[in-house]
Amino acid sequence: MIESIVDIVLLALLVIHAIAIIYLRNLFAVIMLFSSFSFISAGLFVVMDAVDVAFTEAAVGAGISTVLMLGTIALTYSRGDNKQEKLPAHKPWLPLIVVILTGGMLIYGTSDIPAFGDPLAPAQQHVAPYYLEQSLPDTGVPNVVTAVLASYRGFDTLGEVTVIFTAGVAVLLLIGGRRRTKTETRAGDDRET
Amino acid sequence: MELIIGHYNYWLVIIIMMAGFYTVISQGNLIKKIAGLNVFQVSVFMLYISIGNVKDGAAPIIEPTVELYSNPLPHVLILTAIVVGVATTALGLALVVRIKEAYGTIEEDDIHNQDHSL
Amino acid sequence: MKHNLILRVISKFMIPLIFLFALYVQFHGDFGPGGGFQAGVIFSAGIILYALVFGTELAQKIIPPRVLHFLASLGVLIYAGTGVASLILGGKYLEYGVLGSNQVAGQHLGILVIELGVGITVMSVMLIIFFTFAERGRPE
Repeated sequence: MIESIVDIVLLALLVIHAIAIIYLRNLFAVIMLFSSFSFISAGLFVVMDAVDVAFTEAAVGAGISTVLMLGTIALTYSRGDNKQEKLPAHKPWLPLIVVILTGGMLIYGTSDIPAFGDPLAPAQQHVAPYYLEQSLPDTGVPNVVTAVLASYRGFDTLGEVTVIFTAGVAVLLLIGGRRRTKTETRAGDDRET
Repeated sequence: MELIIGHYNYWLVIIIMMAGFYTVISQGNLIKKIAGLNVFQVSVFMLYISIGNVKDGAAPIIEPTVELYSNPLPHVLILTAIVVGVATTALGLALVVRIKEAYGTIEEDDIHNQDHSL
Repeated sequence: MKHNLILRVISKFMIPLIFLFALYVQFHGDFGPGGGFQAGVIFSAGIILYALVFGTELAQKIIPPRVLHFLASLGVLIYAGTGVASLILGGKYLEYGVLGSNQVAGQHLGILVIELGVGITVMSVMLIIFFTFAERGRPE
């Protein structure tokens, strides 16, 4: 009972965050709201018993992503600028219709999913009980998520480490050098090269 | 009524997902688009973790006193997805920095006008 | 920011604790929540805090970017190398059972080693990205 109330309160806070991110025009406020959104979603993951995921989401979303976005504003808006988004030029009717249609179809589609928290749902039946029973005798590691990540599905984790490495290399290639001075970076010059 | 009690979680997550989607397709500023993309990603993660949740279950760390555990498989998949998400965000932000240096602005409408006025 | 007394004192107090927590999360990922990714991100957060308070030049004296490039590749090589080691010792690729004296000991050792590789790579890549963003704005 208490868990459901905490669940609903956290989800309601997250909905308010998401709608505020749409309406606010000050970019600094948008980034701070995004960081708070990430942190509250980490709390929601803990309520849903996903402790490893909550750890990673808090560290990565509220930590690294926020710092990188703040760094981007520092690089793209100079000191005196008003860090505001421009007023929109078009009326938002078409995106609104698309979003409402997609949301309606998704809500209609999820009415077939078994109820939230059902222990007899098909998702809990075939592979998961095997992992829960066999991971301690097979690998000697009590944390089932680490055992599955590192041993039963080790190839996926190898691919993931490679993706992170590739992202680092790509960022180095894109903005690795020093920035050219203001007089050189005019739009016409860059597009000729 | 049973339908609402069993599914309110999924419906609220879908509302957050649509708010993020709306930010991506309709707002003009590039940094706001990337923030909206991240909101969308986190809501998809919440959808998967809700599917794996078991009522009165514990976190999937084997202890002798616990009988019912939550499903560990969505946790593994979402862990990988979060890390890949931060890689894409970092790359997107690096591209925004380069776009600013090439066009002088990061508003989508201005970039579009500059491209069309050649 | 290094002229602000409160920031300087608090960050000098907190940064060693952050590193210690990162090492704890790395090596106790088997018995509680944690593992390679979380530890790598927390470790890099400690160094980012130092760079924010004392400046990126001092931070780059502690860990020069060339060392970061080397560490990023080293982590991936540790991971892939564990698989090759299993191949050499007679098993299949990434079959950790052959690395130790029996199946369970081998699995435990293999999991520890690859989590170490993952942690090293994630830490260095997060720092590479942060230093790249910080260096871009600095005029020549």
